[in-house]
Amino acid sequence: MIPLLFVAFAAVLLVSSLLVILHRNPVTSALFLVLAFCALAAIYLLLHAEFIGLVQVVVYAGAIMVLFLFVIMYLNLGHDVEGGVTLLLRRGLGWLLGAALVAEGVLLLRRGLAPGPTAPPDPAAVAGNTQQVGLLLYSRYLFPFEITSVLLLVAMIGVIVIARGRRETPPAAAAPADEAGSPGEDA
Amino acid sequence: MIPLSWLLLLSALLFTIGVVGVLVRRNALVIFMSIELMLNAANLAFVTFSRFLNTLDGQIFVFFVMTVAAAEVAIGLAIIVNVFRLKETVYVDEINLLKG
Repeated sequence: MIPLLFVAFAAVLLVSSLLVILHRNPVTSALFLVLAFCALAAIYLLLHAEFIGLVQVVVYAGAIMVLFLFVIMYLNLGHDVEGGVTLLLRRGLGWLLGAALVAEGVLLLRRGLAPGPTAPPDPAAVAGNTQQVGLLLYSRYLFPFEITSVLLLVAMIGVIVIARGRRETPPAAAAPADEAGSPGEDA
Repeated sequence: MIPLSWLLLLSALLFTIGVVGVLVRRNALVIFMSIELMLNAANLAFVTFSRFLNTLDGQIFVFFVMTVAAAEVAIGLAIIVNVFRLKETVYVDEINLLKG
């Protein structure tokens, strides 16, 4: 039952992430990315990483993708306009290099393509995954956890400074830029 | 149970899709989404090995990777918004101010 579920979710994950990079419309790409993140969260659940699976849905599919969609709609992008010889050349090169990467991986993994070991019994089954992760996070990994808060603070200040834009524009040029300028504080 | 090699294969394929997305697309936002796909492939490998080695440290690392990804997305999107204000485009091959 579990391998069957895994194959189903893996198929959803691969197809939707392929559609992310193939679809012309950025909004559709973002929505397929949400689907990919949800499928990945389901795979985490199958691996008994319940906490990570739920954080994946809340943080990735929730917060990060809302930010993406907000910026896409703020910039008012339509379909991508693509064409030209250099573009075809670059696109061909891109797919070629991707195929080379897959071939490399297959070559390296060829010895290990036997099914490999299956997972040992779940260590967190007694106490629950979230409790175990929390215990580890607040004991052995306490210092990195605190550093994380500094990282988020720096990112927040950086985003505000970057998105605020320039203030010292001359008044003549500032007048049309003002309409586009003020919503940037929300981004 | 799920064999180890299936999970690693899935992680590798997901990473490759992200790489191809970065190489092929020219919309900066889609390139950014491809980078997110690559981060998630790494996270999947972390969770897989955390399960198979019977420790939870891999899941803690995924937690930190998610934090870094959130910070990276916020700053990257702010930069893209600024570039759009300056150049009126998000296509990376039209952003060539550094070209002599």
